[in-house]
Amino acid sequence: MDTATTRLANAPTLAQRAYNIRRNALRMGEVQGQGYIAQALDISDVLAVAYFHAMRYRPEDPTWEERDRFLLSNGHYAIALYAALIEAGIVPEAELETYGSDDSRLPMSGMAAYTPGMEMSGGSLGLGLSIAVGMGLGLKRKNSSSRVYTLFSDGELDEGSVWEAISSASHYKLDNLIGIVDVNNQQADGPSTQVMGFEPLVARLEAFGWFVQRVDGNDLDAVLAAFDAAKTHVEPKPRMIVADTLMGKGVPFLEQREKNHFIRVERHEWQLAIAALDTGRP
Amino acid sequence: MKSTRPAPDLSKPRLTTSAMIASIASEGQRTRPAPFGHALVELARNRPDVIGMTADLGKYTDLHIFAKEFPERTYQMGMAEQLLFGAASGLAAEGFMPFTTTYAVFASRRAYDFIHQTIAEEDRNVKIACALPGLTSGYGPSHQAAEDLALMRAMPNMTVIDPCDAHEIAQVVPAMAAHEGPVYMRLLRGQVPVVLDEYDYKFELGKAKLLRDGKDVLMISSGLMTMRALEAATALADDRIDVAVLHVPTIKPLDAETIVREAGRSGRLVVVAENHTVIGGLGEAVAGLLMRSGVHAPFRQIGLPDEFLDAGALPTLHDRYGISLSEVVRQVKGWLK
Repeated sequence: MDTATTRLANAPTLAQRAYNIRRNALRMGEVQGQGYIAQALDISDVLAVAYFHAMRYRPEDPTWEERDRFLLSNGHYAIALYAALIEAGIVPEAELETYGSDDSRLPMSGMAAYTPGMEMSGGSLGLGLSIAVGMGLGLKRKNSSSRVYTLFSDGELDEGSVWEAISSASHYKLDNLIGIVDVNNQQADGPSTQVMGFEPLVARLEAFGWFVQRVDGNDLDAVLAAFDAAKTHVEPKPRMIVADTLMGKGVPFLEQREKNHFIRVERHEWQLAIAALDTGRP
Repeated sequence: MKSTRPAPDLSKPRLTTSAMIASIASEGQRTRPAPFGHALVELARNRPDVIGMTADLGKYTDLHIFAKEFPERTYQMGMAEQLLFGAASGLAAEGFMPFTTTYAVFASRRAYDFIHQTIAEEDRNVKIACALPGLTSGYGPSHQAAEDLALMRAMPNMTVIDPCDAHEIAQVVPAMAAHEGPVYMRLLRGQVPVVLDEYDYKFELGKAKLLRDGKDVLMISSGLMTMRALEAATALADDRIDVAVLHVPTIKPLDAETIVREAGRSGRLVVVAENHTVIGGLGEAVAGLLMRSGVHAPFRQIGLPDEFLDAGALPTLHDRYGISLSEVVRQVKGWLK
């Protein structure tokens, strides 16, 4: 199927997709024993809307020319993207348990060379939007109707290169670019507001010439509406969705855990987390 | 430790700083204008996938010549080098072949991570062409790319080229296009010397070429130092010193076979001359190669010192830092005593 919006009578709902993504991520976390699981949980709703409502792609052909491109600028969210790629059928389910292991196609930090559906190599932060600008320019050269979605994190707003790309996208009127910034207000050294404040973010991005929407990133309906508006907006501007999210969303004891940027989850807690998630199963 | 500099002696005649538009051609040297720009135009006529990109240095990297001919195939990215290379990666991902220009200092320092991660590691077909290699500007350390070859050599999956003259640059451009994968080339701009046409020279990627043979000294050189080496060979012949010159335009991958063979011919002093710091460039690449190959020739390096270089007039600086013709000749003679 070419489009994720084709609906079969008993297709999973977006809420179920988001739940499956969260569950996949927790299972991978359990395999590795650690990981950026709090981030994976917070972004699962955005990924559900992206992969099961907004984006055009062919699971069996991840490099299909007419696909929408998805760039994971925050490479440490690979655990989250893999969870979505597995749910989408782009990465085989059987490989889930190889996450973070030797010779795996699912390393902890996203690698474009060998992971189906991973379009850039992550790890070094702040690169994705620049690549997106290039892809956007290239797609326009080819008169393609494909879009470039770039997911990045609020910490990356510290990087100057991100603002270079934000300027350039606006300068070149790249209306085929949709950026999503995960504002979970956490980065390595603490809350983003304390490390390097970026508010008023919407005003800053609008001043740079983008069409901006700010939504609760864990409200599926709001996220869906934002993706739709980002696609249909008529001005020749790039589009940004600022998604405010809650780290650990879906597993209450992880939502409340302090120091959750690289969260410490005890071995026995993974099953507790899955059980907690299951109680809210849609 | 901050050094103090006394006020200069105002009674002495002074040359002025050669800034950005420096030409390294000596007086009477034949030159050709903007070989890179013209070669790119030629290439683009047959390759619709070629595009040009720059970070506000089109005029200063001879890309303006391409831009004039193909404005719709040129992208100005503004003074934003990290964006420049990330965007080049994106355009390459979409099937284009970007020729991406800036100064060597900015590509190799400011944008290194972007080139490393978005181009080299992702194996994107981006051709990086950078002006002001080594000491070809009197503007000071901010513009003197003394360590770019060392940095680019150390990057996996990067091909590195340091061409000698206009004749070679014109051939390097299509050769870069024919090669699949990332390439970094140093470019000379403006009025560029023409030297290698007299040697019936043809550029081959990855190949070193013996331009002249000689039994006393083997000079192994790249870039503009090959021009200096040839001049030095002529000068030293007057003193009956017989100098061979091996031109090594491809720094990576190194033509190990030719270098080991020529350096292994006994009885010759091996001198590696480069427009680059003595650390990590052609000299140390050759030294490491010879050690690993069991070749123990007497070995010396001509190159820029491990210092921040002065600002000033290029002829003065080339003398001061040992890469002018007279300094090359002086050093070689000294080593032969």
